[in-house]
Amino acid sequence: MADVFDRVKAIIVDRLDVDESKVTMEASFKDDLEADSLDVVELVMELEDEFDMEIADEEAEKINTVGDAVNYINSL
Amino acid sequence: MLQGKSALVTGASRGIGREIALELARQGANVAVNFSGSEAKAQEVVDEIKAIGCNAFKVQADVANEANVKEMIKEVIAQFGTLDILVNNAGVTRDNLLMRMKEEEFDQVINTNLKGVFVCTKAVTRQMMKQKSGQIINVASIVGVSGNPGQANYVAAKAGVIGLTKTTAKELASRNIRVNAVAPGFISTDMTDTLTEEQREGMLDMIPLGKLGRPEEVAKVVRFLASEDASYITGQTIHIDGGMVM
Repeated sequence: MADVFDRVKAIIVDRLDVDESKVTMEASFKDDLEADSLDVVELVMELEDEFDMEIADEEAEKINTVGDAVNYINSL
Repeated sequence: MLQGKSALVTGASRGIGREIALELARQGANVAVNFSGSEAKAQEVVDEIKAIGCNAFKVQADVANEANVKEMIKEVIAQFGTLDILVNNAGVTRDNLLMRMKEEEFDQVINTNLKGVFVCTKAVTRQMMKQKSGQIINVASIVGVSGNPGQANYVAAKAGVIGLTKTTAKELASRNIRVNAVAPGFISTDMTDTLTEEQREGMLDMIPLGKLGRPEEVAKVVRFLASEDASYITGQTIHIDGGMVM
């Protein structure tokens, strides 16, 4: 669990150029991390590469917070 | 000008697409030559590109079929490593008066000429976003701006391509991906060779420059849009029509 979170966090910090402390499970990409919709699409793409999987568009649309992403990856 | 860049040109076995593929290669680009039916013609284009000294291969795909297109893009990236330039050129015509046009004639043209651009653009976007650069050039048509009797399907598709070009340009500009269109007028190809002398005369009367265009006159504009010389141009539709529509 922590492992997935840390890996996701590292990607978010790098991609969105935000402070590590802001990346919590509850943080919303758009509201808290100042990502636009294209940023979120890009993040999902990077997560797919990092975790070697494909996230269907319908699933990707439900990912709004850091926790959504982490939980989705853990559910696989 | 395009040394080491890699390009995919759809519908590149004949006509304007063929000329675009060759022109990009003359500027140093490696080119994937997409075709749907004419494999032998596609091979000729590949051979000509290799003779110029660039890499090329042919790849069959129906541009409106997402699964086909995904495979094609994968292959281009596997062969060339990157995908810098996409030229959406593949197109068909099924001309008929609106009153006579069958639903399938409308659907076929919209599928290949409009949906095909959407499918191919979506499929390359991932790679271009990763690269943080890319050029997409859509081959629209002047009739998509002016309308043309007997071509309701074709005109609707081409006008759609112009709108799609603008939206894609706006969505991807922040990722350094430029998207532009060209709108050729009457260009001398297989498509226009079938015209009668009378039709030809009628066309020439509408063209201020007084002659049909040549495929290479379209290809050179595409090459310009694909190059860094056009680095501040996105979302535009360049008319290449001898002044027919201003």
